Amino acid sequence: MSKENGNKSEDTQWPLWEVFTQPRDGKPHEHAGSLHAPDAEKALENARDVYTRRKEAVNIWVVPSDQIVASKGEDEGPFFDPADDKPYRHPQFYSVPRVSKRRS
Amino acid sequence: MSTATKSKELTKQEALFEYLVRLADDRLILGHRLSEWCGHGPILEEDIALANIALDYIGHAANLYEYAVEVEGEGRHRDDLVYFRNDVEYKNLKITELPRGDFGFTIARQFLFSSYSYYLYQLLSDVKDEQFRGMVEKHFKEVKYHLRHSREWVLRLGDGTEESHKRIQDAFNDIWTYIGELFHQDEVDEFLQDKNLAANTASFKSDWKDLVSDTLEEATLDVPDFDQFMVEGSRQGLHTEHLGHLLAEMQHLRRSYPDGNWQ
Repeated sequence: MSKENGNKSEDTQWPLWEVFTQPRDGKPHEHAGSLHAPDAEKALENARDVYTRRKEAVNIWVVPSDQIVASKGEDEGPFFDPADDKPYRHPQFYSVPRVSKRRS
Repeated sequence: MSTATKSKELTKQEALFEYLVRLADDRLILGHRLSEWCGHGPILEEDIALANIALDYIGHAANLYEYAVEVEGEGRHRDDLVYFRNDVEYKNLKITELPRGDFGFTIARQFLFSSYSYYLYQLLSDVKDEQFRGMVEKHFKEVKYHLRHSREWVLRLGDGTEESHKRIQDAFNDIWTYIGELFHQDEVDEFLQDKNLAANTASFKSDWKDLVSDTLEEATLDVPDFDQFMVEGSRQGLHTEHLGHLLAEMQHLRRSYPDGNWQ
């Protein structure tokens, strides 16, 4: 998000909400996008109308955008770069028994 | 074209055709009115919501017309009913043809019509006609959402700002005279009710009034007088001057180029 929060500028729009949709039972919710809404109920309804018109979801989460805590740009180095030279963390370095492979 | 005449005995086929066309006309005309918001909604999200609901109505109407011409059995296409009938042949309730007005008016109408449809579809879910019932069950899910959407808006506009409160109160005051017709029934309704093919709207009138009153009160709005003067005659083809203009816009292309297609 470019702005910290829609409420702070001269922006007269309603607060911003992030929408997460669950494509099928048992699947994790995925970020679908954002929208404006005056409150939680209308955020849910707007999410239904904007993001689930084509059978994309069986469940919706809406979260006020300003309630999301995100890592900052300057966190990138210490947070993520250390993983660059640790390919052994990927599971393909381990041989998986055939039985459990078939099950997955 | 119109089959409901008092001078002769109704057949089941004629009555069902007429009943389906009435239901379809309500939804087609309201859907068309609502579609006028496309590109003009107060905010992007609501623009999409209103266009969605408009399309729901057009879809319901399309299904109902399709079944109507099947019941009629004269080989007509549903488009013949939509594009080649004049205003006096349309049987939609006047509440559906009124201009869209401001957002408050649109929401007031959506709430009154959706709450009415909610109870209506509950009863129609039990009609003794498999094809009709199948359609109703499918549409009912959308009707439930229409009610939720409009009811939540009534609460917010009524209990919102001074301006939104005034606008939605004015809207309910202005539209009130058109709600009496929702419960008007004639020989078509009675004939089909005896055969379990139509809903007796009188049976849910008090529930509907309670829902409307409770919602308006919760929204800090005054409930207009249910016993005031109410307009009538829509099911006999009597309309406001607004329907002709709506039909002109909706029909002119098809009437100008009757055999036109998209190729």
